[in-house]
Amino acid sequence: MAFTGLLKGSSFGRRLGDFQGRSVLVAPRDQLTAALAMIELDGIARRLVICPSDVPPDHLRAIVATAEVDAIVSDCGTPDPEALGIPLHIRCSTALAAQDEFPAASRRTEWVLLTSGTTGVPKLVAHDVASLTAPIKAGAGAPVWGTFYDIRRYGGLQIFFRAVVGGGSLILSSAGEPVAEHLARLAARGVTHLSGTPSHWWRVLMGQAAQAIAPRYVRLSGEIAGQAVLDNLRAAYPRAGLGHAYATTEAGVGFEVDDGLEGFPAHFVAAGDGDVDIRVEDGSLRLRSARTASGYVGTGAPALLDQNGFVDTGDMVERRGARYYFVGRKDGIINVGGLKVHPEEVEAVINRHAGVQGSLVKARKSPITGAIVVADVVLKESPDGRDAGPLTAAMEREIIDICRRDLAPYKVPAAIRFVPALPMSAAGKLLRHG
Amino acid sequence: MSIQLTVFSEIEKIAAQHHKKLAPLSGDTVLMDSGLDSLCFAVLVARLEDQLGVDPFSTSEEVSFPVTLGDFVRVYENAAK
Repeated sequence: MAFTGLLKGSSFGRRLGDFQGRSVLVAPRDQLTAALAMIELDGIARRLVICPSDVPPDHLRAIVATAEVDAIVSDCGTPDPEALGIPLHIRCSTALAAQDEFPAASRRTEWVLLTSGTTGVPKLVAHDVASLTAPIKAGAGAPVWGTFYDIRRYGGLQIFFRAVVGGGSLILSSAGEPVAEHLARLAARGVTHLSGTPSHWWRVLMGQAAQAIAPRYVRLSGEIAGQAVLDNLRAAYPRAGLGHAYATTEAGVGFEVDDGLEGFPAHFVAAGDGDVDIRVEDGSLRLRSARTASGYVGTGAPALLDQNGFVDTGDMVERRGARYYFVGRKDGIINVGGLKVHPEEVEAVINRHAGVQGSLVKARKSPITGAIVVADVVLKESPDGRDAGPLTAAMEREIIDICRRDLAPYKVPAAIRFVPALPMSAAGKLLRHG
Repeated sequence: MSIQLTVFSEIEKIAAQHHKKLAPLSGDTVLMDSGLDSLCFAVLVARLEDQLGVDPFSTSEEVSFPVTLGDFVRVYENAAK
């Protein structure tokens, strides 16, 4: 659908004015309907809470209270406004109703996004259209964007704005759609630019349908991109541009790396990106720019910016030569008798075993060292039948041997559990409990 | 396998993996002199929890860390009851 339809019509059937000055929960199930609502409400509502459809009910209650929501937009019966205590409920539809006069859109509307990547109640991050569109430079051509994300999370919203502001088009993702069908749909629409997390891209690479598409530009963001996924994408799409963007919901888009290597060049720090100031302090990456959120919503919420306006991303980096590498989340560090372990480092070593598809390393409480390292491992092929027990035991020994070879003793998992799959969020990220 | 055998067997595996020289194992072996360090003990307790289904050091606040290997095995035998 073309958004120019909104110049003469409304998805709210003449009730757009009712939203003046309100804090609106934007909760249609359908992404396109949500997109229309966001465009129409900007400048009219005082606050938009952008709500993906996978938020559990008790989180919703907390979000509604913190954001002082007094209106809800939806396209069906859920979520239930009465259950949430929201007085005003207006339906929104992609069938635009003709309208000649529109209320003045003069407010600086606060766009509230939810953080993703942990299993706790999401934090509410306050942006506006200025900070959200700051990273976007109008380009030439009319790219056809596709994304694996939901556009109601920061990564997907960036792609949405790129298409809307940059004069291209966007093929939306569809929740629960199998990868092969999604790729077929993207191919049918002539996708040229495609964005996803490394986890999304691994699913594409490991399925059979990677060659269904021929993108001009492959983009990764949302999780740290390791060398393995970059190399595999380069091999799968040799003629495409390959870029990974560092961005968080709080800090916005920090920088983009297009040399095909993991990490980022050391000269980004101090020189920055032009628009973004980049620092490393106490080993963690800090960003300052017009793209960052202004803060968290809610009394008692932690301060987002330090006294110099920098956001601490919580991503730990290490300099080796002329490059910085990501070594893990500050809040994921496992403390084994005073010695620090980054789960990501151990996962990278476990994943070197040819039979391993993926791993998730966690802390287990230890009465002796405080915590100890344990790992859940997914095998490419699970042994079955009579030999399953001994084969799995042999795998476990081999994995431990690789860890002993490449890691200090306190980083080696004390126990390995084989699991059928690793938990992944709807946002396409490996879920660590946080 | 008896609890004692399980414990002894895990200790031997861990010592081998961590390249530790083990003292001869008996009920009277003093744990601090066994050749295992605190990391080895942390791994041992985790492995025994997976094998025996119990970590007596986390579930009971009364348990002080045992002195000998015999005391250690008895802690697990008591927890299994």
